[in-house]
Amino acid sequence: MVASPTPNPAKPSASRETIDAIAGQGYDAGFFTDIEADAAPPGLDESIVRFISAKKNEPEWLLAWRLQAFALWQKMDEPRWAHVDYPPVDFQAISYYSAPKALTSKKLEDLDPEERAQYDELMRTYERLGVPVNERGKLAGNEIGVAVDAVFDSVSVITTFKENLTRAGVIFCSLSEAVREHPELVRKHLGSVVPATDNYYAALNAAVFSDGSFVYIPKGVRCPMELSTYFRINAKGTGQFERTLIVAEDQSYVSYLEGCTAPRRDENQLHAAVVELVAHDDAEIKYSTVQNWYPGDAEGKGGIYNFVTKRGLCKGRGSKISWTQVETGSAITWKYPSCILKGDDSIGEFYSVALSNRRQQADTGTKMIHLGRNTRSTIVSKGISAGHGLQTYRGQVRIAKAAEGARNYTACDSLLIGSTCTADTVPYIEVANATASVEHEASTSRISEEQLFYLMQRGLSQEDAVSMIVNGFCKDVFRVLPMEFAVEAQKLLDVSLEGSVG
Amino acid sequence: MLTIENLHVEVDGKAILKGLSLTVPAGEVHAIMGPNGSGKSTLSYVLAGKEGYVVTAGSIRIGDFDLLEMSVDERAQAGVFLAFQYPVEVPGVNNKVFLRHALNAKRKAAGQPELDAVSFIKLLNEKLALVGMSKELAGRELNSGYSGGEKKKNEILQMAMLDPKLAILDEIDSGLDIDALKAVAAGVNALRSPQRSMLLITHYQRLLDAIAPDHVHVLLDGRIVHAGGPELALELEERGYDWLRAA
Ligand SMILES: Nc1ncnc2c1ncn2[C@@H]1O[C@H](COP(=O)(O)OP(=O)(O)OP(=O)(O)O)[C@@H](O)[C@H]1O
Ligand SMILES: [Mg+2]
Repeated sequence: MVASPTPNPAKPSASRETIDAIAGQGYDAGFFTDIEADAAPPGLDESIVRFISAKKNEPEWLLAWRLQAFALWQKMDEPRWAHVDYPPVDFQAISYYSAPKALTSKKLEDLDPEERAQYDELMRTYERLGVPVNERGKLAGNEIGVAVDAVFDSVSVITTFKENLTRAGVIFCSLSEAVREHPELVRKHLGSVVPATDNYYAALNAAVFSDGSFVYIPKGVRCPMELSTYFRINAKGTGQFERTLIVAEDQSYVSYLEGCTAPRRDENQLHAAVVELVAHDDAEIKYSTVQNWYPGDAEGKGGIYNFVTKRGLCKGRGSKISWTQVETGSAITWKYPSCILKGDDSIGEFYSVALSNRRQQADTGTKMIHLGRNTRSTIVSKGISAGHGLQTYRGQVRIAKAAEGARNYTACDSLLIGSTCTADTVPYIEVANATASVEHEASTSRISEEQLFYLMQRGLSQEDAVSMIVNGFCKDVFRVLPMEFAVEAQKLLDVSLEGSVG
Repeated sequence: MLTIENLHVEVDGKAILKGLSLTVPAGEVHAIMGPNGSGKSTLSYVLAGKEGYVVTAGSIRIGDFDLLEMSVDERAQAGVFLAFQYPVEVPGVNNKVFLRHALNAKRKAAGQPELDAVSFIKLLNEKLALVGMSKELAGRELNSGYSGGEKKKNEILQMAMLDPKLAILDEIDSGLDIDALKAVAAGVNALRSPQRSMLLITHYQRLLDAIAPDHVHVLLDGRIVHAGGPELALELEERGYDWLRAA
């Protein structure tokens, strides 16, 4: 922005001072819940992998699977190709398991007062975050019928509306529980879309994953409510390594939402998750994320390293997977939710809003791998950079030889706010079938001082003016978010952009 | 009523306005004429509070408000409206959504409740008819891809919606075809009101034929050097500005 060297002494832009004053704040989820935890000591070796597996009473096959992944990970190197810059992660300084002590196998009514107090504190955390963990429907989310799985550090603390879902034949529980209750389903699909061999962080996750959600929608079932998982990192010095697995059988439908927050801390914390989706014939999975991990402060101190592998397999004919993400948090984001379009006529979609403000760095995008005939994919990416943010869209579209008639449309737009941020677009396009059509559009624009002046001359505050332009820029993505998430996403963007101008 | 006294303004260290004084009583329309580069747009920006326009001396008041104490948005909420010489394109922002936000920001500042969607549309349709603008155009992205004339019409629509105390129209006639000029002038005339002061910046008599001013001022080298009734515009058209430079 063309800042005036000599500001009007009279008070031409009071809003600028206010904005400066609130810069760097505005992360509402930055509090810490002080409860006792059962944690593994920092460090990573085979005994930690065994410790986690034992904590969960896992069957032998799963322990073997973890150990194999761990052996593999030890031989791998941390990837460095992403356009992000950070000091090497000290994997021995991280604790790989932390579970609130309040979560015992006891029934709620059998807890002693001390345990009960700890449990209540835990539940209050979610109420403060606005997550409806209470089924009685006091919280807004519940009135519209969202079932929630709440993951706190390494464990799932509660899953709501299980009975309603069971009646419909839907399985929605923590992955640990699924391993116990539905071992055959888990064994069949775990690692089938993202194998441990896939990449460094996928291997790490396979070795030490603690919890996450499991969803199974049987044939012909339309899941009666939105499912959602709320991830919370709380304990200091821990990493979160959750794993989510969603399987949609023939002609089924599910819409799944995830949200993420963490306390404000000076240290960086690692979040390395894996998400696998499998859609069979004519099944549809809609996966939405609002990622608001702590982004670090204005100087780039603290914040989450968000190194995530998300992939969906459109296995069946006519299946559809859509990823929608609103990424406002994390110090560093490394994430490419992808679709493998294997079934003929299958559809993959990726709608993304990613924001890098302050010192945030994001290298994010998608991969659309067209294997089947007449497969279609749509990519709409909206990258916003402000402050000293660094934003890279990295997207791959690959049309295999057999993918007769495949089509891709990509629209990749960047919006810059201020003059100290950066945005890049890195498309990889490979087409091995001449009947395919691939269309790529990209644009970069900047919010100008003239635009802000124009909007403010009509009475909008500077924040509202920025918010209006940014929301306009993102509307193609917000449009496909579930309603209540779209509202949250807009608010989140507004809060995350505070202090971006001036 | 707008009162400007001895206004001195610098841009990038260069003095542009050099002791400008001007009074526009409520209910009156005053025209400002002057050669290119004399400081007309500068005056309009200073009134609106644009950053980079540094007031080194003087005062600007509207009624009880000391404008120099107020930020851009505060001035707008208090009733200052500037129809831009070059309206700015804001892609992605819907014109109607923007108008509703702007109107509600103003209402909020005045302690009035926000206008609900139904009342807003009703008001909008009324004003669209007044300025002769189509609903289709009003619903597009703000000024984005509008023709020059459409942009100017949209400025008048916004003025009609926001009902300002002081309206500054900077070359509202530039780029308009004959019919559009008539339509815009009719809109402006319909918006003349005993509560409103209007400042009409223009180079041409034809606008003043359509919108008869109460007074005409000549701005030259950062100062008002001459003022008169509507007949002054005719004289300027005939004689140009040179005879005033000497004075
Ligand atoms: N940033 C700037 N730095 C230096 N001079 C400037 C700057 N902005 C404007 N000026 C100068 O200020 C003077 C007045 O400009 P202004 O736009 O107010 O003129 P105007 O009367 O509106 O002219 P026109 O009739 O052509 O619209 C011009 O000489 C212009 O070059
Ligand atoms: Mg001008």
